Amino acid sequence: MTNITSGNSTSGASATGFSLTGIATRLPRYTPLFLLAIAWEVTTRGGLVPIAALPALDTVAVAWWDLAVGGDLWRNGVASMTRAASGLGLAVICGSLIGILMAWYKPVRIAANPIVQFFYPMPKSALIPVMVLWLGFGDASKIVLIFVGCLLPITLSAFNGARGTDEVLIWSARSMGASRARVLWEVVLPSALPELMSGIRTALALSFVLLVSSELVVAREGFGYMIGWLGDGGAYDAMFAVVLTVALLGFAADRLYLMLMRRVLAWRE
Amino acid sequence: MSDPAHIVIERVSHEYRPARGRPVLALDNVSLSVQDREFLALLGPSGCGKSTLLYLVGGFLPVEQGRILVDERPIAGPGPDRGIVFQHFALFPWKTVIQNVLYGLEKQDLAREERLRRARQFIELVGLAGFEDSYPSQLSGGMKQRAAIARTLAIDPRVLLMDEPFGALDAQTRSLMQAELLGIWQRSRKTVIFVTHDVHEAVFLAERIAVMSARPGRIKEIVETHFDKDDPDLTRTREFVETVDHVWNLVRAEAIQAQRSGAA
Repeated sequence: MTNITSGNSTSGASATGFSLTGIATRLPRYTPLFLLAIAWEVTTRGGLVPIAALPALDTVAVAWWDLAVGGDLWRNGVASMTRAASGLGLAVICGSLIGILMAWYKPVRIAANPIVQFFYPMPKSALIPVMVLWLGFGDASKIVLIFVGCLLPITLSAFNGARGTDEVLIWSARSMGASRARVLWEVVLPSALPELMSGIRTALALSFVLLVSSELVVAREGFGYMIGWLGDGGAYDAMFAVVLTVALLGFAADRLYLMLMRRVLAWRE
Repeated sequence: MSDPAHIVIERVSHEYRPARGRPVLALDNVSLSVQDREFLALLGPSGCGKSTLLYLVGGFLPVEQGRILVDERPIAGPGPDRGIVFQHFALFPWKTVIQNVLYGLEKQDLAREERLRRARQFIELVGLAGFEDSYPSQLSGGMKQRAAIARTLAIDPRVLLMDEPFGALDAQTRSLMQAELLGIWQRSRKTVIFVTHDVHEAVFLAERIAVMSARPGRIKEIVETHFDKDDPDLTRTREFVETVDHVWNLVRAEAIQAQRSGAA
């Protein structure tokens, strides 16, 4: 890869930076979210909604603090995030590879396409019992479920992105002395990247869905497991604390990914 | 001329076979030779197969009937001995100008400093100094085409294949680029095959013009021009105007025929 560091850097690193002022200027956008939180507090404290069904936000906050200090939140969070990251990471590697090879080699396309198309619309949560049967109650069943669920959207986005590669770019690279294998790495992969990265973003959201639902059904640790037993035990304030934690983590992961995506694809602007 | 021609095209035919529908004969029994360091224009109405012929010489399409020799050897795929400039630039959008120019140089056995030096030299040659770190999306059409030309010239190909390289540019940029290309060719003296449907451009740039017929493409006539390219009033001389007229008449007949067969 080329790496030119000399000269003036005109590419927009500042536009996508992590600066505090950047975050501060974006905060007003989330005003509706703050209003929703206030509405929650007012309706529960004012007795409009029974506390048994929806605990007040401040009691949820206290419950969150207890879980955080007690270490429960951390321990289960690490277990969950490790599962999600492993499943998603594997899916990114395998899906990108399969999708690009499908676009590049006809035999791979002929072999893989019907399988991908058949399994793509299938709800992956239907596989939870199968995974438990095959892989037991531990990490493996969750990781494989997330992997399988994320694999197809990533494969399809890599495939579509790679198929859209401008033939003239391939010819250009070949005429400058690039081998066919080099072209795959140096032309087809970067051409596929915008679509591939949007596919990974979809998969990122999906990985949270699959994570929590599989942990809810059967697990011994993790966010889903916590939500399950806290709910069963009637500790609704703590349960909501965990639900909100998962929501916040999902949101943060998406925002961080979006920042990364903007940076990697800065050449498009 | 006793030297063997640089590029020899012998009885080449080419058929496109679309997945659905009938096969289309794009080129029919085309023979043509291009001398070393010659500037040849391939001129014809759209759809006459002139780009197809260029892609065959470039090695992007397989030669299925007839043969094409470069330096007396049949071509086997694309290679850095034949550089190409496309109508829509074909710059890598994810690379900056200098990264684009370095791409071909990295495939060659050159030291890093030498690669950088050559890249900068050619970027300067096409007048893009100061835009080394710009991405193609930040450049105008004319600047993109300059970058594409720099990228191709930097690998120092013996043959320069140009596929309507100025077709996407506005008239003013186009005429500036034509003059620049002529200057570059006079300094570096590469063998050039230049595809265009613009009669004036062909007469202005080329030493020989191969006028092609409407589909299926054949060579209809070869027009030789031997103008003094350094004459600033060249385009106003009688000889130039008459040559343009003559070539126009050849192309007009073909264009009308192409339109009729297209409508039928």
